[in-house]
Amino acid sequence: MEHLMDVFNIGLLQNTLRTATPVILAAMGGLLTEQAGIMNIGMDGMILMGAFVAVAFSFTLSSAGMGVLMAVLVGIVIGLFFALFVVKLKSDEFIIGMALNTFAAGLTVYLLRSIFGVKGTFSNSDIVALPTIHMDFLDNIPVLGPLLNDNSLFVYLTWLLVFLTWVFLYRTPYGFWLRAAGEHPESLETAGVSPQKMKFTASILCGIFCGFAGAHLSLGYLTMFTEGMSSSRGFIAFACVIFGMANPPKVFVAALLFGFLDALGLRLQSVGVPSDLTSTIPYIATILMLIYVVVSSDKRKKKRASKQIKISENALE
Amino acid sequence: MQDSIVKFENISMQFPGVLANDKVSFEIKKGEVFALVGENGAGKSTLMNILYGLNTPTDGNVYIKGEKIEKFKPIEAIKKGVGMVHQHFMLVPSFTVAQNIVMSKEPRKMKFFCDLKKAEREVKSLSEDYGLTVDPKATVGEISVGLQQRVEILKTLYRGADILILDEPTAVLTPQETNELFGVIRKIVKEKEMTIIIITHKLYEVMAISDRVGVMRQGRLVGVEETKNVNERTLASMMVGREVLFDEIEKTGQPGDVLIETNNLHVADNRGLMAVKGVSLSIRAGEILGIAAIEGNGQSELLEAITGMRSIVKGSFSIQGKEAMGKDPGQIRDMGLAHIPEDRIATGVAMPSTITENLIIGKERNREFAAKGIHLKNSSIVRYAQDLFEKFDLRGAGVETTVGSLSGGNMQKVVVAREFSLETPVLIIAQPTRGVDVGAIEFIHKQIIEKRNAGCAILLVSADLDEVFRLSDRIITMYEGKITGEFKSGEIDKSRISYYMTGARNESAGGGSDE
Repeated sequence: MEHLMDVFNIGLLQNTLRTATPVILAAMGGLLTEQAGIMNIGMDGMILMGAFVAVAFSFTLSSAGMGVLMAVLVGIVIGLFFALFVVKLKSDEFIIGMALNTFAAGLTVYLLRSIFGVKGTFSNSDIVALPTIHMDFLDNIPVLGPLLNDNSLFVYLTWLLVFLTWVFLYRTPYGFWLRAAGEHPESLETAGVSPQKMKFTASILCGIFCGFAGAHLSLGYLTMFTEGMSSSRGFIAFACVIFGMANPPKVFVAALLFGFLDALGLRLQSVGVPSDLTSTIPYIATILMLIYVVVSSDKRKKKRASKQIKISENALE
Repeated sequence: MQDSIVKFENISMQFPGVLANDKVSFEIKKGEVFALVGENGAGKSTLMNILYGLNTPTDGNVYIKGEKIEKFKPIEAIKKGVGMVHQHFMLVPSFTVAQNIVMSKEPRKMKFFCDLKKAEREVKSLSEDYGLTVDPKATVGEISVGLQQRVEILKTLYRGADILILDEPTAVLTPQETNELFGVIRKIVKEKEMTIIIITHKLYEVMAISDRVGVMRQGRLVGVEETKNVNERTLASMMVGREVLFDEIEKTGQPGDVLIETNNLHVADNRGLMAVKGVSLSIRAGEILGIAAIEGNGQSELLEAITGMRSIVKGSFSIQGKEAMGKDPGQIRDMGLAHIPEDRIATGVAMPSTITENLIIGKERNREFAAKGIHLKNSSIVRYAQDLFEKFDLRGAGVETTVGSLSGGNMQKVVVAREFSLETPVLIIAQPTRGVDVGAIEFIHKQIIEKRNAGCAILLVSADLDEVFRLSDRIITMYEGKITGEFKSGEIDKSRISYYMTGARNESAGGGSDE
């Protein structure tokens, strides 16, 4: 019983928010490219680059803000680069995505060694972390108070971005065009809007989101850079996009679920469950999620079809 | 009423290797319905794409409302009032009717947000104004093809079009929907002074709807005539450059043994729903059985089941008296069946391969073409392909041309040549002349009748009712996966058969051949 209390406490929920945040950010980017009809598996590389750049500039310029800004700028460049190959030159998106991941992994290791002269991890007290936010009025509220307070700035920013992404996609013309570019590009083109431009936009936005995700990882969640520190979060984000059918609120929930499982793993570790075992939890969950997606989409298809038949039957009567 | 609204002046369009338009000059008058006809590859779509700004002509000028067109871009054409309804609809299936109609010109609120309520109101008033009733809130993917076409027309009207190009608008419509469309066209021409340009293959539609008709052949304009001065036969000969003799297809011989038989066949579609619900039919040697049905009523799934491309849920079928259940397409072909699939691009040909390669598919293990079934004998393959090339009147640069560069008619001839040269006793033929020009239709029909006279059992599915009536010895109608009627050739006419095709007279349901 004591162990149970050690695992399931407020700390678990706090950890959930923190671990989910980079995944949510990357997944918001991923759902934009998904909606624009690009299969983007390069998010992991985008996050990793963002994480490195954020640490590098936070360290050299002694400013967390500059670190984030540079991570976003690099994200834009990577997004443009990705779109250039996938959209403009029509290369295979799978291969370009994979190449981006390997490129990011190699480049960050190389730069880490050549600039900072360290192997594995770069940690220095001169790296400025992102500020945490403390709101006094929350202090007196039980549970919610400690849960919502003292989080990194990015946690709050992320919630806002989820909402903005939804508004963008479903309430603005630009969002309509982006979705049309993915679903039926010809119709958008004949209506006088370039689907290519919308795909470029989606890819660049994805780069920005992944830049945020990376910056949060290396300046908010931790304050250091480790080789391969994205640890497949980009792929998990991709799984969340698929699981949430590229719909912002659903993807958000999926990413939170992942964060919860990740945090649960960490907690279980603290009560003596072997870490090799607990660290598999998020990945197993990802696989289960994808199985669920396949099974449920099959069911949904059948349901929709029978609904249509009913409609046509009613129309005949 | 008689002013020229569109003027083509010496338009030439050179594509790599093809001169698609060759010095075409004519005018379209304000407020008329102008039909543009011609064989596939005659250049009519190219010409209309130039008008809509999708192609830039290599030479010549286009004037719209007296203004010379400088930049060929759809957005410019839209500004000048040109709207185009493409053969394949340009609609986003998951969006609503209103969203599709206003796309790229969404009414806004606070600059950045789309005012969907206003869009729906505007679409509603527009549709009432033109008598094109649609539900602005319906999802486009869930409404009928006829309604989708209305959405397409409204989309151009919303953009202020007064010159409307319709590219083969009736290809996907039922006879009733076609009538409705023609009603709409007449109404908007009369009441709104619209100018309509309609591209079509169907000559009786030209006669029914147009004021004037332009005929194109091999990139050139053969002539522009007042519709009242021509008839279907003269138009057909203008199109192909010689007399077309549709009616002189002679059927000979008596039906023989049953060669293919299905018994209470149940087949599911891609969504897992029953698409074919207990179809029993049989076809004898020397007989053509035509299936008349509106698309999506199980006929495609039935053919896929018979050809082994789709698994059968319940029931059985046999070819030449032998059980054929559970066999794969290759085994079924070996039992004596050849198949012209309904979608030649997806399943009929390999687009990037050459004509030779496409003609040889399925035969490459024959001893004639491959030593010990492994090493291909190129010279005999090419000789064989040359032979078919001539026999089936293929037109193109030669047997080494890639199939993807051929016109629809020639592509279809490649499929027909391959399948018919297999010399099988059973033929499954789907949409043999969809999107094919008149000359090729005549040729393919002749080939089919020859096969029938030679003693083949033929199952024919076609969305073109004329074709079903012209070729079939027997006709069955299908509705929602069931046989709703069976008729001998000449027993029923086209207007009455649509009742059976829409299930309205269900009392004869289950009237399959063996019940």
